[in-house]
Amino acid sequence: MNSSSDENYFLSQLAFCIERGKVNSSFRFPADMIGQPGVEELLSELLSRNISPKTILDDALLTGMNRVGEKFRDGKIFIPDVLISAKAMNTAMEILKPYIVKGELKLKGKVVLATVKGDLHNIGKNLVRMVLEGGGWEVIDLGIDVSSEKIIDALKTNEVIAVGLSALLTTTMLNMKDIVKDIKNNFPEIPVAVGGAPLTQKFADEINADLYSPDPQGMLDYLNNYFSLN
Amino acid sequence: MKKFFERLTEKRILVSDGAWGTELFKCGLRAGECPELWNEQNKAGVFAIAKSYIDAGSDIISTNSFGGSPVKLSHYNLQSKAYELNKTAAEISRQAAGDKLVMGSVGPTGKFLMSGDISSDELIESFSIQVNALLDGGVDAILLETFYDIDEVECAVKAVRNFPEVPLICSFTYDRNAIGEYRTMMGSTPKDVLKAMITLGVDVIGVNCGSGYHNMIDLVKELRDYSHNIPILVQPNAGLPETIEGKIVYSETPEVISDSVKRFLSIGVNIIGGCCGTTPEHIKIIRNTVDKFLSNQ
Repeated sequence: MNSSSDENYFLSQLAFCIERGKVNSSFRFPADMIGQPGVEELLSELLSRNISPKTILDDALLTGMNRVGEKFRDGKIFIPDVLISAKAMNTAMEILKPYIVKGELKLKGKVVLATVKGDLHNIGKNLVRMVLEGGGWEVIDLGIDVSSEKIIDALKTNEVIAVGLSALLTTTMLNMKDIVKDIKNNFPEIPVAVGGAPLTQKFADEINADLYSPDPQGMLDYLNNYFSLN
Repeated sequence: MKKFFERLTEKRILVSDGAWGTELFKCGLRAGECPELWNEQNKAGVFAIAKSYIDAGSDIISTNSFGGSPVKLSHYNLQSKAYELNKTAAEISRQAAGDKLVMGSVGPTGKFLMSGDISSDELIESFSIQVNALLDGGVDAILLETFYDIDEVECAVKAVRNFPEVPLICSFTYDRNAIGEYRTMMGSTPKDVLKAMITLGVDVIGVNCGSGYHNMIDLVKELRDYSHNIPILVQPNAGLPETIEGKIVYSETPEVISDSVKRFLSIGVNIIGGCCGTTPEHIKIIRNTVDKFLSNQ
């Protein structure tokens, strides 16, 4: 093998470890990969070969997470699989953090995510967060039970590209209406995406949201298509 | 505790209640308020909901304690009041029910075991406090409802089994995926769940919430095909909500559901009621449909 095919091999292995959630060689998951190298080993191998963090991010990490987002959208994998992939992705991003801090590696832009006022469910929002972060976006996670004021504060103090709102309950999804209105009154140019189990496109249209997606991948595709900074 | 099983055998099909959450909002609960705190601060409002279902013909009603686990209450900093709030929830429904049955509602905590949000010991402790209070308040059974994670349910079942001879109903929520299969949020199939629940020794399995009566028929049929014995509880949402002129409207109105209810009865369900968006009017329709079905047997 010449060195460039070696590199491609390591990049594709790294993408596979992200997809399957293999953190390091001693990690117990997934069961069929016990003892094999994981994200930590492959990433340090690639860095030691002077592969740029941008290549690693684009050609391995984002490739792997993109497959996770698509498979989740298509109902081929489920929440536990996404959680475990996100763990591997977080491990990788921790290792790459120094390059981001130094400005050698740029993310695509900032997105605010929040579960709306009255709703205490962070599951859906966290899945969106994992998929967006896995897609190279920086997420400002405002948590659960979040008011318009808190979102608007975050928009004032950060350069934010889009807002994503989540609600799991039929009762709390109604609160999205006023929050979308408040955001639009203050920041008419910032798109607002909505999602959550009881939502529909029709509801999103009624409350003037810019995007409805039944799965996290839909929001990632939307951001990548229209708003990516690099 | 025998009363629940005796009643189930004697009546064959029990009519349960409809929604609590959406009814509480109709009564003035505001977003961001803790529903369980109403057991203390608006007893009359909670009692009125319980009573409205008894008046509509429910054989068994639940309690205003879905989010009453200390883990869930901690969001409102009310975890230290968990025992009182759950006990009162049970007492209110008990009083409204008279000689009818009461099942103590227990919902999931929202924390994931697999990502290390919480340990199984912490979950068991939290559920134990809630179940203990509901039993002290006089419930006839425990209803674990809207669960999606078999591992979390295992902890809840262990908590319930600390108390001997408590009838235990365990209800999961499923969605249909792109290829039409029912799965829990964690990816478990109805068969996976059923096997686990039979192994754990729950007395009644259930399905609730979801996207309505009509959409749940195939799911219940699937469960009944796997087990001909285990009693099944069905409590669907009244379809999916839409907003019409700023008001929330559920697509499955009381008139719409009776055909689906007949289907459920012919498949062989044992307890039937409703979840989000259902009202005492829905329960009246179910009561009539069940009575007709039983009289034709």
